[in-house]
Amino acid sequence: MIGIEHYVVVSSILFVLGVLGIFLNRKNVIVILMAIELILLAVNINLVAFSSFLHDLTGQIFAMFVLTVAAGEAAVGLAILVIYFRRRGTIAVDDVNRMKG
Amino acid sequence: MIQVFAFYLFAAMVIASGAVTILARNPVHSVLWLILAFFNAAGLMVLCGAEFIAMLLVIVYVGAVAVLFLFVVMMLDIDFAELRAGFIKNFPLGIVLALVLFMELLLGLGAYKAGALQLGVADGTAATPAGMSNIEAIGALLYTRYLFLFEASGIILLVAMIGAIVLTHRQRTGVRGQNVSRQNQRRPQDATRNVSPEVGKGVQL
Repeated sequence: MIGIEHYVVVSSILFVLGVLGIFLNRKNVIVILMAIELILLAVNINLVAFSSFLHDLTGQIFAMFVLTVAAGEAAVGLAILVIYFRRRGTIAVDDVNRMKG
Repeated sequence: MIQVFAFYLFAAMVIASGAVTILARNPVHSVLWLILAFFNAAGLMVLCGAEFIAMLLVIVYVGAVAVLFLFVVMMLDIDFAELRAGFIKNFPLGIVLALVLFMELLLGLGAYKAGALQLGVADGTAATPAGMSNIEAIGALLYTRYLFLFEASGIILLVAMIGAIVLTHRQRTGVRGQNVSRQNQRRPQDATRNVSPEVGKGVQL
């Protein structure tokens, strides 16, 4: 039978894949944003699995809030990406420290 | 039996498509694999009895976020080959870090299974009542105990929406738009005049 540890292992692998994606695609900010979505997805799987196995709905409600924040983050991140591209003509993020702010 | 089979199918698919998402050469393919990962994660959530979150995942992630990504990837004219320059160089370090992180997570899981962690147990106040469906129970909880958090998340979405619009809005010059207040302020006596030209003279406009 499928237990909680199966879900935790799946979500751990997904989380690590997300972190690896951030490391591998250091220049490409679109793939970095997608890797962040993968990380949040892993967190959601974890929350829902524990919520289901502990018979407590709080985890699912928290997963909803994580979903909300992920959607907002993607919208604002992509908006910043669009104006950055409009200014610079590239999305390579390894030289975004030109403002030195 | 079918449940075990479905779990392994969804789990393998979500991990495989997550891996292709971060390794794909073309970001458009990345987005499409990401969509597949979301679908399979929704399947995993259906398997453990959270239908509402699963459907929400499909609607919000696949319907909104992934389409937004697709839109941006296809709209911007980006040289993706140049962006992959450091890929091979970062690969060994990334793999080592990922393995270390994964081992740490497994260590945490081992500690949880060994019972060494005092995580506390659910007090039963947020359990699904008998005979109630998942969505009914979530609604009953969300609109009572978590009402303020729910409204706060609505405000987060509003701020994100306004922020995205403000960031990407472009004031374009040289475009003649409609100015409603100027239209309404204009009176007939400013705009028209009566002339009675002589025969054969015509009018000066």
